[in-house]
Amino acid sequence: MDKHEAKRSLTDIMARFTSYAGKRLPTDVLGRLAALRQGEESKLSRVVFDSMFENLAAADNLDRPCCQDTGVIQYFVKAGAGFPLLGELREVLTEAVRRATREAPLRHNAVETFVEKNTGDNTGLRVPWIDWEIVPGDAVEIEVYMAGGGCSLPGAAKVLMPSAGYEGVVQFVFDVVTSYGVNACPPLLVGVGVSTSVETAARLSKLALFRPIGSRNPDPRAAEMEKLLEDGLNEVGIGPQGLSGNCSVMGVHIENSARHPSTIGVGVSTGCWAHRRGSIRIAPDCASYEILSHKEAVL
Amino acid sequence: MKKVLSTPIKDEDIAAIRVGDVVYLDGYLVTCRDVGHRRLIELGRELPVDLAGLAIFHAGPIVAKDGDGWKMISIGPTTSMRMERFEEEFIERTGVKLIVGKGGMGPRTAAACRKHKALHAVFPGGCAVLAATEVEEIERVEWQDLGMPEALWVSRVKAFGPLIISIDTEGNNLFETNKAVFNAKKGPIIDRICQQVRFIK
Repeated sequence: MDKHEAKRSLTDIMARFTSYAGKRLPTDVLGRLAALRQGEESKLSRVVFDSMFENLAAADNLDRPCCQDTGVIQYFVKAGAGFPLLGELREVLTEAVRRATREAPLRHNAVETFVEKNTGDNTGLRVPWIDWEIVPGDAVEIEVYMAGGGCSLPGAAKVLMPSAGYEGVVQFVFDVVTSYGVNACPPLLVGVGVSTSVETAARLSKLALFRPIGSRNPDPRAAEMEKLLEDGLNEVGIGPQGLSGNCSVMGVHIENSARHPSTIGVGVSTGCWAHRRGSIRIAPDCASYEILSHKEAVL
Repeated sequence: MKKVLSTPIKDEDIAAIRVGDVVYLDGYLVTCRDVGHRRLIELGRELPVDLAGLAIFHAGPIVAKDGDGWKMISIGPTTSMRMERFEEEFIERTGVKLIVGKGGMGPRTAAACRKHKALHAVFPGGCAVLAATEVEEIERVEWQDLGMPEALWVSRVKAFGPLIISIDTEGNNLFETNKAVFNAKKGPIIDRICQQVRFIK
């Protein structure tokens, strides 16, 4: 396959996968939602969970985006240094977004700032948003993420003084989730970044949302804190759609880095129950691929 | 039996409905969100749709061209709290009777619901295809210059719901009550967790 054909093939795969990720939830998310549904007893919780599952079935049958807010499309790329189309990837992903917007169809969600005009095709200045990590190897792993406005609104980051300690992190997570989180379509997936400054903590909090639900941070203390936050937030009982119930979150994931001795940066990102994340690994031939997030997915 | 409201909604139709009740809607539902509210209240422009007795939906749908008309593909609620700044005056000026959205609204909207006899209800967020299948027809669209999410889509709906009442005509506010419960619960939980995360020694 020459470069031109490889580019076309990669665009085609990414356009179809982007559409797919907007219509069907990942396997781990579906599993956790089913488990949380079992734990609910109140009338309103049951009404909401019934609607959620009815909706997912309808979206699958009718092949439509399961939530109307298909977000500003974001790609988190782990690019092998030897991937042949590394330099073309931005152009490829931008074209994939245009195609997915027409074909899925996705909502028009890119509003140029200051001009304040909707571009109508989900592309714009620095959009789709692409986050890069260069890794050894010659394949590429791409995480596509669609976060609606509702679950983007609670996002917050702050730099604490070391005297605040990890206790300050706990307080911050609870404050965000029990205020703005109530309107962000709970049960939420909560990503927490523990780092040095606002942008490093914020980025890590987002990456935390892409870890499979049920996985734990490799550090035993961080893993313990994930569990404490998860159980504690569920005890608050925000419930599906904030209508109160036995759950608040699908999980809490912490991603961390070493920090400056004088600061503790903390970031919180939330994913709604319709956590539309998809990960795909594409081989250097740009034609063969493996979908990691959705079991038995067919594009 | 399902409790169904039909537009035009009269004060007596909704007087006995209370927070936590589940209802459904037959009739006209018009999308109206951030810029629609801003244009009426802040910019003083007249709404191109008469909302008296009707329902609005805080929502920005995905629609597709369907011959000369439009087809509803996916339409779910957006965060109602974003409209809090405008909603009190919006209810007063338009005579809208039912506001459908996601999450709660604040004390000013609750006061307006009490004074002008209106309801706020939650359609389960993220359930946009379910909602789209309850839309019979998009009759027209106004303010299309605002783009797909912000335009006013005038839809005829049938058994549209479940709609969970979050503010009733007495001004009761389900989310404000819930939030007070959440806030009361969270303090002791945070204290307990903090005892266990003293990693800096």
